Parts: sequence; C-alpha cells; structure tokens
Amino acid sequence: MVTFLLRRLALVLPTLFFVSVLVFGLQQLLPGDPALALAGEERDPAVIAFLRQKYHLDEPLPVRYLLWAKGVLAGDLGESIRIKRPVRDLVLEKLPVTAELAALAFVIALAIGLPMGIVAAVGNDTVIDYVATMVALWGRSIPNFWLGILLILLFSVHWGLLPASGFVSPAESLSRNLATLIMPAFVLGNVIAAVMMRHTRSAMLEVLSADYIRTARAKGLSEVRVVLHHALRNALVPVITLGALQFGELLSGAVLTEQVFTIPGFGKLIVDAVFNRDYAVVQGVVLCTALAFILLNLLADVAYVLVNPRLRG
Amino acid sequence: MTAGTLDTASAGAGERPWRIALRRLARRRAALIGLAVVVFFIAVALAAPLLAPYDPLATDWRAVRKPPSSLHLFGTDELGRDVLARLIWGARASLVAGIVSVSIAVSVAVPLGLVSGYLGGAVDGLLMRMVDAMLAVPFLILAIALAAFLGPNLTNAMIAIGVAQTPIFTRLTRGQVLAVKHEDYIEAARAVGNPHRRIMLRHILPNVLAPILVQATLAIAAAIIAEASLSFLGLGQQPPAPSWGSMLNTATRFLSQAPWMAVWPGLAIFSLVLSFNLLGDGLRDALDPRRG
Repeated sequence: MVTFLLRRLALVLPTLFFVSVLVFGLQQLLPGDPALALAGEERDPAVIAFLRQKYHLDEPLPVRYLLWAKGVLAGDLGESIRIKRPVRDLVLEKLPVTAELAALAFVIALAIGLPMGIVAAVGNDTVIDYVATMVALWGRSIPNFWLGILLILLFSVHWGLLPASGFVSPAESLSRNLATLIMPAFVLGNVIAAVMMRHTRSAMLEVLSADYIRTARAKGLSEVRVVLHHALRNALVPVITLGALQFGELLSGAVLTEQVFTIPGFGKLIVDAVFNRDYAVVQGVVLCTALAFILLNLLADVAYVLVNPRLRG
Repeated sequence: MTAGTLDTASAGAGERPWRIALRRLARRRAALIGLAVVVFFIAVALAAPLLAPYDPLATDWRAVRKPPSSLHLFGTDELGRDVLARLIWGARASLVAGIVSVSIAVSVAVPLGLVSGYLGGAVDGLLMRMVDAMLAVPFLILAIALAAFLGPNLTNAMIAIGVAQTPIFTRLTRGQVLAVKHEDYIEAARAVGNPHRRIMLRHILPNVLAPILVQATLAIAAAIIAEASLSFLGLGQQPPAPSWGSMLNTATRFLSQAPWMAVWPGLAIFSLVLSFNLLGDGLRDALDPRRG
C-alpha cells in the first residue's frame, strides 16, 4: 500500500508541475503588452506600473514563472483587478455554492443512473435495455444549457412553479434554497446520470456472468437478492471511482448551468472574470479546478485499492 | 521477405476489415439515421445561400419577435430577423467548428501519441505527464480559459476546443500503439531494417486508425456542443453573425415573450449532436471485430 501510494504520488508531482506551467502559460497568450492586457479596462499608468512590478513583467520568463509559483505555493493566487480582492478569497467564497449544486446533481445522477443501469443489465437485450440506452444517448446529446432553458420555460414561465433564477443560501431558508437549486441540479445531474447508467450497466453485465453469481443462483437465492446483494456490491466499485472522473464534467456543466440560472458560484465567477478581463481570477479558477481534480483522482485510486483486496500488495 | 512484400501483405489484410466494417455499418439502422441527418445538415450548411428564406442579418422593425407564421416559419427574433434563416446559416458555424477543432486535435495528437507509444521511455513519460496536466483541467473550463486569453471569436473558439481535445486523442493513440507495437508484423518490419518513421507511419498508423475514427466522430459531437456553449457564453461566434449558441443566449432574455427563439436553435444542436453520437456508436460497433 505504501509503495503504491509513493508510486502514485511520484506521478502526481510532475503533473502538478505541468498544470502550473499550463496555467502560467495562459498569460503568455495575451496579445501585446501583458501589463496593459492584465489591466483590462483600467488605463491608469500607476495601475499599469503596479502590475508590471507585481507580476515582475520586466524579468525573464523562467524567473517570472518561479516567482509566480512561489506565490502560489504560499497560497497567493493573485488579486482580482476588478473586485480588488485576493483571488483565493473569491474562490473560497464561491466554492460552497457550486459544491452544493454539484453534490445535489450527483445525488440526482445516482438516483437515476444506478437503478437504470441495474434494470438495463438485468433486462439485457430487452425493451427496458433499449429504453435505458436511448435515455443515456439523450443525456449525452442534449446541451445542458438548452435543457435548463426548456425547464425554465415550463416550470417558471408556463406553470410558475419554480424560480427561474437566483440563489438563496441554505442558512437563510432551506426550502427556498432547494427550490432554486432543484432545476439546475437536475440539468447538471442529467449528463452524469447517462454516464453512470452506461457504466453501471456494463459493470453489472460483467459481474452477472461471473461464477460466484451462478453459485449464488444455484444455492436457490432469489433473483433480487442475487442482483442487489451479490452483483451490485461488486459492480459498485468501478462505478464509485467513476464519480471522481465525473468531477470535471460536473464543473464544466456547472459553468453553463450557473450562467443559465444566474447562480453566483464558481462557474459564474470564471465567466464574469472572462468578461471583466480579470485574468488572475481566470487563472486562479483553472488552477483550483485542476488541483481538486488531481486530488479527487488520487483519493479515488486509493479508495479503489482499499476496497479491492486483490490490488493490495 | 522484403519490406515491399510486407507492405503489400499489410495493405491486403488492412483492406478487407474496412469493407466488412462498412457492410456492418450499413446494417445498423440507428447509425444510418445518424449519417442521414449529418448529411442533411451538411447539405443545408453548404446550400445556405439558396435555402435561407431571408438574409440572416436583415433586421425588420415591423416584424420584431413575431411567432411562427406562413411568412416566417420559425418566427422572428428581437431585431425582426428570420429565425429559420439564422438557423440555416448557423449550421455552418456549428459544423465548421466541430470539424475544424477535431481536425486540429487529431493532427496534433496522433503524431504525439504515435511517438509517445512507439518510443516509450523518457519521451513517453514526459508527454504523458503533460497530457495528465491538460486532462486535469475540465474540458470546457480549459476551452473557456484559452478562448478568454486568445480573444473571443469563432476561430479562437475552434483553436481552444481543438487544444482542449488534444490530450484525449494523444492518450487514445498511445494506448493503441502500445497494444500493437509488439505484434509479430511490427517485429518483422523492424527486423528487416525499416526505419522508425516508416514503421510508425506505414505499419502502426493504419492499424490504430479505427478507434481514432470512432473517437473523432464522437469528438465532433462534443465539439459542436462546446462551440455552442462558448457562443452561448459570448466567447465564440460574435453577433450579428448567426450561431446556434449565441441565438440561445439572446433567447434567454425573451423567454416569456418569444419562447420559439429558444426552442429551434436548441433542437438543431440536439439533433446534430445526437446524429454524430449515433453514427459514432455505430462505427464503434462496426469496427469492433469482437461484435457481430
């Protein structure tokens, strides 16, 4: 286990290095004088001079990278030009909103994807399987921002049942919080549910043809018990680790969903930053999502080894 | 045996599976429907000047936000422009973005994956850590960041989507190369003294193309959604040029007054993406020797 962890960590370190190069490199894509570009709408020479000094723009590129990386390692992600606040604070402030949305979306995805995957695998090559495959294809093909718009049209404009936009903190009112989040969470969960269904189906199909399932059936156990007790437990392992891989999909989807439903989260932060030409915020968000993704995958790998005794060396 | 006979042998063996795959594809109804819809959209995009009932940019103040009628089949938008005409011209932006961005990704990623998988060692290690780093940033967030720093327009959106898709193709190609590089025919090509470049291009590449083709078809679907997403956010095609994503963006401001503005562009994106997915799934099944 220790060797596995060390080997896995040895792979993470160069990846982290390249992520930092990628995020730092984004700045180099800006056309013209970076100080002018970083200043965005701001034309005050004092601000431009301050930026030039703050980002060491007169220094050679490798020196600039090292100084930037040193700051990042100390937790300094730069400062928002627009809001005049540290990027780290902005990210930490918006994170709980997106985390709640993503968690709800994940619960919805599990509630739809898992049972559908099980039913599709049990009824392999029947109408149920066919319908489940169609639903999965729908989830993969529908642009989630359009689905969001359609839901607003139906549930807010037409029937007036749910608020079309905005966000209420759960501390303020849990019922209103859920009312504002249920549509966006469904939109976001829809795509993950499709992926989850496909994976549950194929994992279940593999497990259902294993010898121990045949033994369980031969012992005279009921089909429900065989499927839920014996098969699902083993099929769940790859499905759970898939959850970590879907994190990126959730965040990508959150950007659009938060835009459609005007939810002040992580996704809205990056889009607003793009339009305010607040580049430090864009870089900060990209860096944080990449770090979170790497960490989650590391945890998923460790969890996979922990629950799978055959992989424990 | 000479290199020449080896080539002939590999070409002869490589031809038949393709023909079998085409026959298998022709038997899959869902894939054929997908192909038909894709061809329909390509035809619409090519014939846009002939098919569009109005100029997609022509505003008409007397026809602002008019519901569908015999005059304007899909209604008009907030500036009185014909929604159908804009949809027809918008097909161009979506298809071009889908095809160009995937071409960018494939043309960068396939050589990298070939080299990485074939050479192995330090080159492979280095390239794969770079790929891991790019894969760590969620696809759309990477595309948004790239489009933001490059500047918002359709060309940059295509570059951003292409770059964001590169790591997926690099990893796929590398995996395929690793799977075939120790096969007997590659060892034989190496034994008769073929240079590395020739082995990679003439012997390995043709044998790893099938999964890349499948992935490319599915990636076009993803790229079309990505372009629509970037345009929806204002980072792709800039107004007044028509694009399905930016049409949806405008539509969100008039949901209660003009819902038709939101329905048609979304339906167009959905049908095109669904068709590419159906085609991609069909190709995957047809090219997989394990499936009948």
